Amino acid sequence: MPDETREPNPALPAGSPDPTKPSAPESAKASGVTKADATNKPAEPVKAAAAPATGDKPAAAAAKPAAPAAKPAPKPEGPKPEPWDSELVRKLKGQYGSGIREASTYVGQKYLVVDSSIVHEILLRMRDDELFDYCVDITAVHYPKRELQFDVVYILYSFHKNERVRIKTQIREGETLRSAFAIWPTANWLEREVYDMFGISFSEHPDLKRILLPDGWKGHPLRKDYPILQQDREWVQINLGIESGQ
Amino acid sequence: MKDPETDYRHAKPDQSGSGVMDYLDLDTKDQTFLDATELVLNMGPQHPSTHGVLRVILKLDGEKVLGTECVIGYLHRGVEKIAENRTYAMFNPYVDRMDYVAAVSNGLGYCEAVEKLLNTEAPPRAQYIRVILTELCRIASHQVWLGTHALDIGALTPLFYCFRDREEILKIFEKYCGARLTTHAFRIGGCIYETYDGFEQDCLKFCDAFLPKLDEYEELLTTNRIWVRRTKGVGILKPEDCIALGVTGPVLRASGVKWDLRKKQPYEAYSKFDFEIPTGLNGDTYDRYLVRIEEMRQAVRIIRQAVEGLPTGPIMAKIPKVLKPPVGEVYVSIEAPKGELGYFIVSDGSLQPYRVRVRPPSFVNLQALDKMVRGLLVADVVAVIGTLDIVLGEVDR
Repeated sequence: MPDETREPNPALPAGSPDPTKPSAPESAKASGVTKADATNKPAEPVKAAAAPATGDKPAAAAAKPAAPAAKPAPKPEGPKPEPWDSELVRKLKGQYGSGIREASTYVGQKYLVVDSSIVHEILLRMRDDELFDYCVDITAVHYPKRELQFDVVYILYSFHKNERVRIKTQIREGETLRSAFAIWPTANWLEREVYDMFGISFSEHPDLKRILLPDGWKGHPLRKDYPILQQDREWVQINLGIESGQ
Repeated sequence: MKDPETDYRHAKPDQSGSGVMDYLDLDTKDQTFLDATELVLNMGPQHPSTHGVLRVILKLDGEKVLGTECVIGYLHRGVEKIAENRTYAMFNPYVDRMDYVAAVSNGLGYCEAVEKLLNTEAPPRAQYIRVILTELCRIASHQVWLGTHALDIGALTPLFYCFRDREEILKIFEKYCGARLTTHAFRIGGCIYETYDGFEQDCLKFCDAFLPKLDEYEELLTTNRIWVRRTKGVGILKPEDCIALGVTGPVLRASGVKWDLRKKQPYEAYSKFDFEIPTGLNGDTYDRYLVRIEEMRQAVRIIRQAVEGLPTGPIMAKIPKVLKPPVGEVYVSIEAPKGELGYFIVSDGSLQPYRVRVRPPSFVNLQALDKMVRGLLVADVVAVIGTLDIVLGEVDR
């Protein structure tokens, strides 16, 4: 029968392959933080994790004098997204106005956040006018706490300019995006995978069905509300008749 | 205990007409595409030349291929979901299990991505060690490709030659980090292991010994009449099709596009080395063979330069013991033996990545199969699957 207990805390640094073995008080702290984070609260952990982190430091400092020397260094210089200003952005902003929600760079990587109603138009423009002829990847991120639950991310590359840009759009649950298959044929499988893993559907897609999971699968595993043991309960035991031991 | 309603094995085929099960259902009349002259042939998933568990549904007219459909996912392990439940460091060994014949490259891409997220960089010595091992891994990956690809086409000897010589690379890996295949050689922030005594000599010895071996492979195949007949003009992919389909790596270069991330967007220490990017002319299976052979030569060149210029110094950057990258998202990609391997990582500032997306080169390249085999014969499908150099562990993740 399914093992209903939670999986052992995966983030316990003691079992981690990390070369640096944390000292005992530190590892206790860290695992405590992880437990709070592991409860699928993606929107808040940002703040929630920040609080214990500050409390973490003095403990570590007391335990090991070597650790704090490395620790404070990356903290203050936490990179922030900077506004991205270029001819392309000005042109797009001039045409679409508030449809372009954000144009920023983060650690040197450019991205645009655009309204879901114009994303197809933007993608087409990026290919035809801006010569972003290679669609590297299409993927999504799930934020269940937000009203617009999903980020759909298009990673584009231009062979002519040797430049990468990410086009991001936010959609709510059940909203349909227009498929990019007509723009880049490579979107076929990439969008099928997004559909398979997140349940986001794309209109005008030639063959939208599951790609990695079997047709009889229930749910979309990369959604944050999909528990990691569901596969064991819902599929492995019923269909294969075996205990997976998870 | 079993509920017939939910029992997948006994499920009725999907009546909507979208599932592949339709093709195999013999009870109901199939209205998808069959007519008297067409035949549907199921190739795989347990087929020796599909390099794992790939199932290709071929629609045939006699022996001519009219269309294909790939059924993948037999090896799906949910790597991206696992990542969300592990810390950054704990997920590192998992990536080795995707492209298991080029595990070192996978690890490099992941470490690069997390380092970018942490806004740090490996120290120079670690970068050189990484380059050496990654290029050795590229050779090993190409050797597996060459051996199995030649075997599929009917040449048995290259398999033994390749695996014999690959052993020397695996020995270096084993001496360096204790593992031969899923090495987990690198850590976020650099390398964990200092090179062992005699590492440089081992690498140079391998380079010296390998180049004549490479000529041996070429002697067996390059002018072999059967090999040429089986590969020339087979599975042609034009450069514009490559770009539209997102195909990268040697397949793209064989079509004549001189594009290699090691040159275009250099990572690690690649900008310091002198090497060429081989390209093909026709984009056929034979050109892809030549490109990969030449890539092995260039890899040897890089290894020699890296070993000779191996700097001294620390091998680990100063990174916090508990990795907690700031909130943000990055996409970092490297030139893996099979193409562009990218990691898109979203951090919410906690110990675990909020989302890790792997952009697998094999998965995207496999999509070109249909385009490449239309109009060819069934035997050519085997050649084309081989030339795409897919690893199903990476396709399915």
